[in-house]
Amino acid sequence: MAEVKTQEFWRWPETNWVNPDINWKQGRVITAGVDVGSVSTQAVIMVDGELYAYGNTRTGSDSPNSARKGMEFALEKSDIKIDNIDYCIGTGYGRVNVPMAQQSITEISCHARGANFMYGPEVRTVMDMGGQDCKAINLDERGKVLNFMMNDKCAAGTGRGMEVFADLIRVPVWEIGPRSFQISKEPPMISSTCVVFAKSEVVGLLESGMPENEIMAAYCSAMAHRIMELLNRLGVREKFVITGGIAKNEGVVKRLEKELGIKTAECVWYKKEYIDRKYPFDTQLAGGIGAALFGQALLKMGKAKSARIF
Amino acid sequence: MIVAGIDIGGKNVHIVVKKDGQILGKITGPTGIKKAEAVEQLYDEVLKKAGLSRKDIERVVATGSAAKRVAFANDAITDVAADARGVIKLIPSARTVIDVGAEEGRFIKVSPEGKVLDFAINEKCAAGTGTFVEAMARALEVSVDEMSKITLQSTQTLSTNAQCAVFGESEVISLIHQKTPKPDIARAVMNAIAGRIASVARIVGLEKDVVMVGGMARNAGFVDSLKKNTKMDVLVPEDPDYIGALGAAEAAAAGIYTEEVKAKVVEGETDSEGKG
Repeated sequence: MAEVKTQEFWRWPETNWVNPDINWKQGRVITAGVDVGSVSTQAVIMVDGELYAYGNTRTGSDSPNSARKGMEFALEKSDIKIDNIDYCIGTGYGRVNVPMAQQSITEISCHARGANFMYGPEVRTVMDMGGQDCKAINLDERGKVLNFMMNDKCAAGTGRGMEVFADLIRVPVWEIGPRSFQISKEPPMISSTCVVFAKSEVVGLLESGMPENEIMAAYCSAMAHRIMELLNRLGVREKFVITGGIAKNEGVVKRLEKELGIKTAECVWYKKEYIDRKYPFDTQLAGGIGAALFGQALLKMGKAKSARIF
Repeated sequence: MIVAGIDIGGKNVHIVVKKDGQILGKITGPTGIKKAEAVEQLYDEVLKKAGLSRKDIERVVATGSAAKRVAFANDAITDVAADARGVIKLIPSARTVIDVGAEEGRFIKVSPEGKVLDFAINEKCAAGTGTFVEAMARALEVSVDEMSKITLQSTQTLSTNAQCAVFGESEVISLIHQKTPKPDIARAVMNAIAGRIASVARIVGLEKDVVMVGGMARNAGFVDSLKKNTKMDVLVPEDPDYIGALGAAEAAAAGIYTEEVKAKVVEGETDSEGKG
């Protein structure tokens, strides 16, 4: 029988990492943050406030199992066990369903705190572009949220919208950004806001013979425009950063920068030693890092008790 | 005087041929991609059935999103004007018209003469359109007709969160995984759309009699949800999807095409704000 090979174009690769410079056994406080999003889950482990390990996986059909899977994936390359962790905080869409967490904190707070750690204290606006929602957050130098705006009702301008599009044009989702610049002229953006209507519009454009790369450019522009509307309502201040999965799509990011007239901060660690040691920088980690940092702070202030077993 | 009204929408073409008060022929077919060709073919077909030729038709008025593509039409009117005329012709007591088609929802306040007093349109968001129902029927693995039927068999009321059609699909799939009976899921979906449609209709005001037309008016399950949501009776004329074409034919007979009313365009209210 012939083998039918199906490809899922939205399926982005999962990653995990462990810090080779830290011996966790010498660490005093070990905390974890588990960010269970609607599309992806990240488990981050920090030792004395430094990034120790993480796992970035796809969220499955239920939150507890996705949290477990993310945590196992984060621990995979280390000999640390879940019982060695002092405190774990759940965040994200599925935050109340993280079985190993002692407490949960909203992803708005965690993303602000995480972005402050990753990009530095000069960050004033964070745009978190997640799987099923997007949030624009203004924050202070300590990473505290001042105010925010979010869209969690409409798939337009979210990662899910981009995945639907990737599946429709049958191009892997991570290729869309680079390919959207391989064009001779910038096309007008897709005029439909709604993802469902955009799908019909894209089918029409494909049929009319418009080159695929131009259609990708048109879709990226539309998404950038949609996000800009949200940002303009909140007010963008520099240093401006984008976190979440869409931050990895340069097709959207560069067009958004152009529309806003503001550059996003480079995706590099604020901590110089992290850059020197070439620690991987993943924009999807902000929520998990923020949650783990909150755990550190709570233990330090004596507002939480260590749940460590060993 | 023999006239024709042509309603060419996002999904289907409807044609009505009329002589004074009497309908000589009507036809419907898919709009497809080659819209102009589709409408030419259907027009010839309906004329042939009625034993007429093109030169017998004194005036042709087109309406619908692709009205400009009807090369043989003498004039075009907006879908809102066509709906108002068509509904008043069949149900003179109508004061609010709700027209939900494949990709659009229209909400019209009409005068007893069939004049448009005010209207609102949702054309930006698939939630609250026929496309939403089609997507959910696909997720439920039933036909749209079947979905309408099973809605009426539901025994419990669930509430769903998703407003967006894309998110709605995931929500329906997770309800299926939780082994929720299909009729209850179907009812939850219909209630959600009815809620969305009623909230837009309230922008122009819901005054009785409320008349529902367009493809979604054929969906008995949905109409039932809309009645429950608005706590009002919702009347559905015979052949609710022919209303646009009928209204266009009425306009052709009356020789009045243009009416100026400013639309309230409904933008999706999808953003919420907060303080940290």
